[in-house]
Order: sequence, then C-alpha cells, then structure tokens
Amino acid sequence: MKVVVDLTRCQGYGQCAFLAPDVFTMKEEALQYDLDPGDEQREHVLRAAAACPVQAIHLDWTATRHLVEQRMAAPRMTDGRIVIVGASLAGARAAGVLRRDGFAGSLTVIGDEPDEPYDRPPLSKQVLTGQVPPDHTRLPRLREVEAEWLWGTPATALDVAGKQVRLADGREIGFDRVLLATGTRARPWPNEAEAALEGVHTLRTVADAARLRQALAARPRRVLILGAGFTGSEIASACRELDLPVTVVERGSAPLVSALGGVIGDVAAQLHREHGVDLRCDTTVTALEGDGDGRLRGARLSDGSTVEADVAVVALGSIRNVEWLHDSGLAAGVWGVACDAGCRAVDTNGLVTDDIFVAGDIARFPHPLYQYQFMTLEHWGNAVAQAEIAAHNMVSDQAHRWPHLSVPVFWSSQFGVNIKSVGVPTFADEIVITQGSTAERRFVAVYGYQGRVTAAVAFDQGLWLEFYQGLIERAAPFPPEFRHVDRREPARPVPARVPERLVATAEATVVVTGHDPAERRASLLHTPHS
Amino acid sequence: MTSHSAFERILEPSGRADPYPLFAELRKTPVARQEDGTYVVSTYREIVELLHDPRVSSDRRNRLSTDEAPDMTPSFIGLDPPEHDRLRRLAMRHFGPPHSPGMVDGLRPACLHLTTELIDGIAGKRQADLVDEVAYPLPVAMICRLLGVPEEDEPQFHAWADQIIETLGPGEEDRAERERERQAVGLKLEGYLAGLAEDRRRQPGEDMLSGFMTYRGPEGGMTPQEVVSTAVLLLIAGHETTINLIANGMLTLLRHPDQLERLRAESGLIVPAVEELLRYEPPVQLVSSRVALDDISIAGTTIPAGSPIVLALAAGSRDPAHVPDPDRFDPCRARNEHLGFGGGVHYCFGAPLARIEAQIVLAELVRRLRGPRLVADPPPYRPSPVLRGPRHLLIEYDGVDPA
Ligand SMILES: Cc1cc2nc3c(=O)[nH]c(=O)nc-3n(C[C@H](O)[C@H](O)[C@H](O)COP(=O)(O)OP(=O)(O)OC[C@H]3O[C@@H](n4cnc5c(N)ncnc54)[C@H](O)[C@@H]3O)c2cc1C
Ligand code: SF4
Repeated sequence: MKVVVDLTRCQGYGQCAFLAPDVFTMKEEALQYDLDPGDEQREHVLRAAAACPVQAIHLDWTATRHLVEQRMAAPRMTDGRIVIVGASLAGARAAGVLRRDGFAGSLTVIGDEPDEPYDRPPLSKQVLTGQVPPDHTRLPRLREVEAEWLWGTPATALDVAGKQVRLADGREIGFDRVLLATGTRARPWPNEAEAALEGVHTLRTVADAARLRQALAARPRRVLILGAGFTGSEIASACRELDLPVTVVERGSAPLVSALGGVIGDVAAQLHREHGVDLRCDTTVTALEGDGDGRLRGARLSDGSTVEADVAVVALGSIRNVEWLHDSGLAAGVWGVACDAGCRAVDTNGLVTDDIFVAGDIARFPHPLYQYQFMTLEHWGNAVAQAEIAAHNMVSDQAHRWPHLSVPVFWSSQFGVNIKSVGVPTFADEIVITQGSTAERRFVAVYGYQGRVTAAVAFDQGLWLEFYQGLIERAAPFPPEFRHVDRREPARPVPARVPERLVATAEATVVVTGHDPAERRASLLHTPHS
Repeated sequence: MTSHSAFERILEPSGRADPYPLFAELRKTPVARQEDGTYVVSTYREIVELLHDPRVSSDRRNRLSTDEAPDMTPSFIGLDPPEHDRLRRLAMRHFGPPHSPGMVDGLRPACLHLTTELIDGIAGKRQADLVDEVAYPLPVAMICRLLGVPEEDEPQFHAWADQIIETLGPGEEDRAERERERQAVGLKLEGYLAGLAEDRRRQPGEDMLSGFMTYRGPEGGMTPQEVVSTAVLLLIAGHETTINLIANGMLTLLRHPDQLERLRAESGLIVPAVEELLRYEPPVQLVSSRVALDDISIAGTTIPAGSPIVLALAAGSRDPAHVPDPDRFDPCRARNEHLGFGGGVHYCFGAPLARIEAQIVLAELVRRLRGPRLVADPPPYRPSPVLRGPRHLLIEYDGVDPA
C-alpha cells in the first residue's frame, strides 16, 4: 500500500511511530517512513493514519480540507481538454484535484520519466541509508486518477496560439487549458569530462538515488559532497549514519547559508562537525580527478588542498526545466516560468495568459506578503499547494479563482534533527532566537525585515511554527516582544546574515521593441547555461 | 444556586449527562470571559491556536491570584518548556519512539488477554456494570503493569486516583477545600510511589519506574521527586481517562444500535470509530490549567496577561465550522481531526496506549455481547466536568459469545 506524509503538516506527535513502528520511525521530531510498506503492515498503517492528530498521513485521498470541498459550489468547467506537462508531485496532485473537483473531460498527463510519480524528499534521506528501497517511494495514486498518463514522453514545445503541446515522438496534443509542472533537474558538475568519472553523482531522480545508494552500500573510503545546501547536508547526514567518512565542501561561510542565513548556518556547521563531517567552508572544488581508468580518485580544492574520495555528490542546486518553452512566447527563463498569484502564466510581454497555468518548482510567482516579489520555491509544500490552486483555477471562471497565498513551509531532516521553516527566511535583515537554545539544537528563530516578522525556523520545535505563521500573516512587529514560555536567551536581534537576494538578471534576457502601444513588444534572449 | 453563563451550567452536576447543547451555546462567544476573570475558549480554531501559542503557560505558578494551596510537585503536565520537554522526553524514553518504539504496540496481546478474561467474567450473567467490571480494571491493570505497581496494590491505587480526579475542575466555589483534599490524597500517593521507586532503584526490573530511576543520559536523568510526580501523572491521567473513553464509547454505541451492528460486521471499523468517540464523547472535556503570560488577542477579545484560560476541547471537537454535521456520531468519519487528546506540546502522553486499549476492549465487547442494552439512560455520572464519564454503566444482555 502507498503512504505519504504531508510533512509540512506533521507536527511530530509520533502517534504513527507508536502504532506502526515498522513503517514510521522518529528521531526526536524527525519522521521517516516507508512509502510502500508490505501488505502485512496494512492494519498498522490504517491505525496510524486514523490516529494522526493533524491528519497528515495520506493513503488514497487528496490533502485538501473537506470544508474547501463544501465551499466550492461555484460554477466550474466540467468538460473540455486539459493537459498537464510534468508527471511528478505538482502534476499528479493537480490531476487528482481536477478529478475530485468534478472535471470530467479529457485529461492527459505527460511525463518524461519512465514510470509513475514518486516522492523526492526520501531520496536524500531514508533511501540512502537503506531504510527504504528506492522503488518504495511511489506516491499514492491520489484517488486512482482517471487520466491518460504518457510516461517517458518528453514535451518539446508549447504552441500557445494553436493550443498544442508537442512531444518528442512527434505527436501533438491539443488542449483547452494546460498546466506546466516540469520542475527542475540537478545542476551537473560543469566540467563534462570530470562529471563523467565513475563515482560522480547528482541526486534528483529515483534512478540517481538507486545509483548513489548502491555506491554508498559498497562502503567507499570517503564521500565528497559538493555544496552544503539542504540536499548536500542531508546526504552528508545519511553518510554519517552509515558511518562513512565524508568531506563537505561549501562555497559559503556555513551550510544552509543561502537558505537560512549565517546565524542558523553556524548552528548547522556545528551539527555537521559534531557528527564527524569534515566540513570545509569558504572553499570550492576546483577539479575532480580520476585515476587512469576513469574512476574518481579525489578532488582539488580552492585552498590548494586535496581530498581523496571514491564517491562525489554534486549538490550545487538545480536548473529549471524550461528549455522546451523557449519558443512559446512565455516569460520562461533560468528563473522559472513567471505567473500571477493565480498560477496563470505570464507571457514575454508581461501579459497574463488565461489558459496556461504553472505550478511547482518551475513557477515564479509574486507573493503579496513579500512585497509582491517574484519568487520560486523548491519546496514540496509549495508544489502541492500551488498545484491545488492551479487546478482549482483551471476549472473556475475569473470570478471564482483563488490566489496562491499560502505561507511557504519547508522541512528537512538531517543528523537526527527536524528543521522546519515558515515564511521566507532570506527575506530578512535580522534574526532573534525566541524559544529554546541553539546550543541544545532545539529552538525557534524568528526572522524580521524592516521591523516586521517575515519567517521562522525551528530545530526540533516544529509544534510552535503555526503560531509564528500567524505572526507572519499579520505582519506582526519584529522583534516580537511578549512574554512566552521557554525564553532562554535575551531577546536581542542580530543581523541575519542572509545572502544578497540574487538578482535574476545575470544574463541580458529581455529586449523591448516597437514604439506605439499596439506594436511595442518584449522578447527574451536565451543564452546557454554556464 | 443561580446560573449565569453557559460555562457555569456546564460545571454544575446537572449539566453532566448532556453538556453538548451548553457547549453549543458556549461557542456563540468563542472566547468568553467569566465573572472570576477566567476566559473560556470553545471554538476549534481558537483552541488549536492557543494550544500552539507560546504565550500560554501550563504552569499554575504563573497565575496572578494564588489563593490556591501550593501544588504538589508539578509533573510535566503542569510545567512549561524547557522543563516540560526534558521530563517528557525522559519519560518517553521508556514508553515510545524514538527509544522504545515498539513498546505500546507490543502490549496488544496482553491487552487482549486481559480483556478476554474480563469479558469471560461477565459471561455467566445477564446484567453487568461495564465500568466496574470492564472499563475500570483494564486500564488500571495495564498502567500498573507498565509502571511496575504490584497487582495487590491496584485497589488502593484506584481509590486515591478517584479522590484526586474528583477534586479537579475550574471555578467551583469550594475550590480551596478541594485543593486541600487533593493535596492530602496526593501526598499519600506520592509517599507510596516514592517507596516503590526506591525499591526499583535497588532492584530494577523491566518496568517504567525502574527506567525512570536508573536512566542517566547526556541530559541527566530524573530526580527521585521527578520520578514520583511523573508516575503520579501517568497513573492518574493514564487510567481515569481511559475508563471514561471506554465507558463513554460503549454508552454511545448502545445508543446507536445500527452503528454497533456495523462495527460487529466490519471489525476494521473500530479504528475510525474510536477516533470518532474521542471527538464525539471525549473523556477530557476541558483543559483548565492554562494561563496567559501576556495579553493575547484572539477572536476579537484580548485575554489579559495573568488570566486563567479554559480550553473547552469537547466544544471545539463539535464546532460546525470545523466538522460537518458535528452532532452526528459517524464511526466512519474520514479525516477526523479532533481535540480528544488535546494538542501542542502537552498532547496526551498516553494517547497511543488509550487508543489500543479502547480499540481492543470495544471491539471485543461489540463482538461478544449478545443483544446488549442500557439499563439506565443517562447513566449516573462522575462529578468531574473535566474528566467526564459515567460512574456506572449498567447493561443487560442475552449472553456472551466465546472469545
Ligand atoms: C533529493 C531531494 C530531496 C528533497 N527534500 C525535500 C524536503 O525535505 N522538503 C521539501 O519541502 N522539499 C524537498 N525537495 C523538493 C521537492 O521534492 C520539490 O519541491 C518537488 O518535487 C517539486 O515538485 P514538481 O512537481 O514541481 O517538480 P518535479 O518533482 O521536479 O517534477 C517535474 C517532473 O517533470 C518532468 N519533466 C521535466 N521536463 C519535462 C518535459 N519537457 N516533458 C515532460 N516531463 C518533463 C520531470 O522529469 C519530473 O518528473 C527535495 C527534492 C529532492 C530532489
Ligand atoms: S503529526 Fe501525524 S504524521 Fe506527524 S508524527 Fe504525528 S502522527 Fe505521525
């Protein structure tokens, strides 16, 4: 049977781990589980799912709350043709929601991966440690979605005017409305020859995870990880759990800095070192080196040192899968596909389209809480929430559309700690520890930007985040000044040390031509990825 | 006594048999100030919010008015983080994940065995009191076994626990006196457990008390006093609530014979049915020991710092803004998010055990009792409005099927 836990909702109550201890396991608050437990576990899993106090365990139904269903008496498009491109988390979720909401027309889901949708978060966690086999990560078929699923068929172009999606095999699929959910892929090591060395890995797909798992199970002498973002840190954690020596090389001053800033980054650095990771910050890998037989032997670092390793994992972020949209006339580039808060794609001129929708890791959308700045979030929770809004809007008329206003929630588990955030931690100038203590690795840190609360991060204190989410939604003043439990450090904000917000104009991308309003047009210039 | 607010009427004994219309009235004012300055919160969303609000303390020592007798050494239920978290973690080590994950699930066979014995015990009769003969002995035996209380001490134990429960409750006029009583009984119980704990330290066994006494980790261990207060908590919270869950459960099923038949036919249904019982007739109706550390604005009301807060869990679980058709008992209700075990850091420690016990004993009663019916409806209730449940549950039946 298939299981997935909405870890953005999970509060670490552990009821599931009590009732189905062979399926769900916990380390303090960090929950891990088997997404495809054997039939003999069925009763246990049903008990666990029923007992979850926040109903975060999904077996065969979609997550949206039931009251939402009741409130949806509005008129809806019930027939016609809908096409979804990208058959993973966002795409599959949207398909399920469309059917749940009564869309009875033709539904086609196009995916370039060979098989059914699976869940990615476990790939860098329990799959690497061997706790869960790679093929146990399939997502539950959210209510056996009736759709034409085209596996292993990449889309190669979108014809906006002709309302067609072109496939690599030459077929063209017409649509009335289309959802773009092609996500991202791992950024490869830029030197192709070095990237091709045996032992060099990236991690994005289930196939990647299976390969890496195998490599780790063969007990390499040392694993080298390039990049200490969430993925790199989680892989390092898995390696340490397997008692493998590991070196992590990070360009920034600490792990997780680009997501959570330097203050929390320093805590993360201690976490790495306490668990025996050889962490090299302010350092980059300059070259990967092979032996004579094309196998990885080690790496040279920017500080002149070398590391000997027979496995390397390149965890340097991701590239958005937008190339297929280059000639579509949509505002699609390295930053993602721009859309409005209703998930409707924006074209090159900045005009909102009406039948093209975007969701998940590729969507670049404005968030009113964050000064309407366009942002992309590579978060599980965002993919799900946005897919649900997009699906709803796809079958609703203008008057009944919903904005995607959910406050971003992200989680990670590494070194036995459950790290969870609400809001956008990089949207900050200051930070203060409100609850708990960083020394004990259980705390809540609150981020503020120009005097209001914009984000919070919890280490093994996820239960409290709902409260901080409320503060973010109300634009509560920062620093928060009230009496509360578990205040241990003085409420003194310090600079958050978040990286400069990256301006996504590294390449000249748009030229505007024409003079009078009827002929003025913008067009995108695409340069190849560096 | 003249009654004013819906809340006061809930506290009166006459409100015990069916408080739900009163809870509905209470919900009309989501955050209702009482004359004594207590704020009663009765709507789902607001309750959940306060359960997760770090400005709400569970430590009675934070109250402004301290005309109450000083408490017994507070157990973790009466403490805030970080002390709460540390003690709860230390207790959890010997009870559940991450260190003893399979422990509670492993109790199933023992629980079934005890249940079978108890039901066999009423087999020769046509009438039984399900509280005295089944709902009470099972959880007491289970919790005593877990903690390591010898069987022969169980009856003494029950008497003490009962006395303590009956002194719980907010707002009554005889509060101070009840507090004194509670303390006196508490001291006896503490004294007994202190002796037992000392025995276990010298001669540790497999039980939780031995674990509490002997475990020392990076964070240290429990002091002997902490062991005693934790044990008191687990004994009291761990049995009185489960008794009520089972008794309220059987009462509800007997009032819905069609549903009872369904459960008999489909054994897997007991799992969602127990969740529905926790929502529909929860053993813990009110959480009464919270206090605002700062001014808290919620649902248009400001709860001033220092005010006592009562969370009406039973009202929240039947809030129509949260659950469709809330007053209907529906054992198949999907996605049942209820407040039966509270929420936030104080989420019921013993919930997994209570669930297993209730699932097993209710399933067995439903399966084995032939033609069960209530003798008195409503049954007589225990006095506490906080831990609400029948004192007796007399039923008649045509026979008992073999195990
Ligand atoms: C190892 C790993 C660990 C993670 N851990 C966490 C975590 O702990 N917490 C968290 O919040 N998030 C985590 N994430 C992020 C989360 O998994 C993503 O946010 C989520 O998968 C995004 O879903 P999506 O559907 O938008 O994109 P994807 O999951 O990337 O799906 C896009 C799909 O489209 C397909 N596709 C691409 N191009 C085409 C094309 N031209 N034609 C057809 N199909 C195409 C892709 O192959 C893919 O199947 C993790 C991600 C990874 C990789
Ligand atoms: S909140 Fe639900 S999913 Fe999360 S640990 Fe608790 S029971 Fe499990």
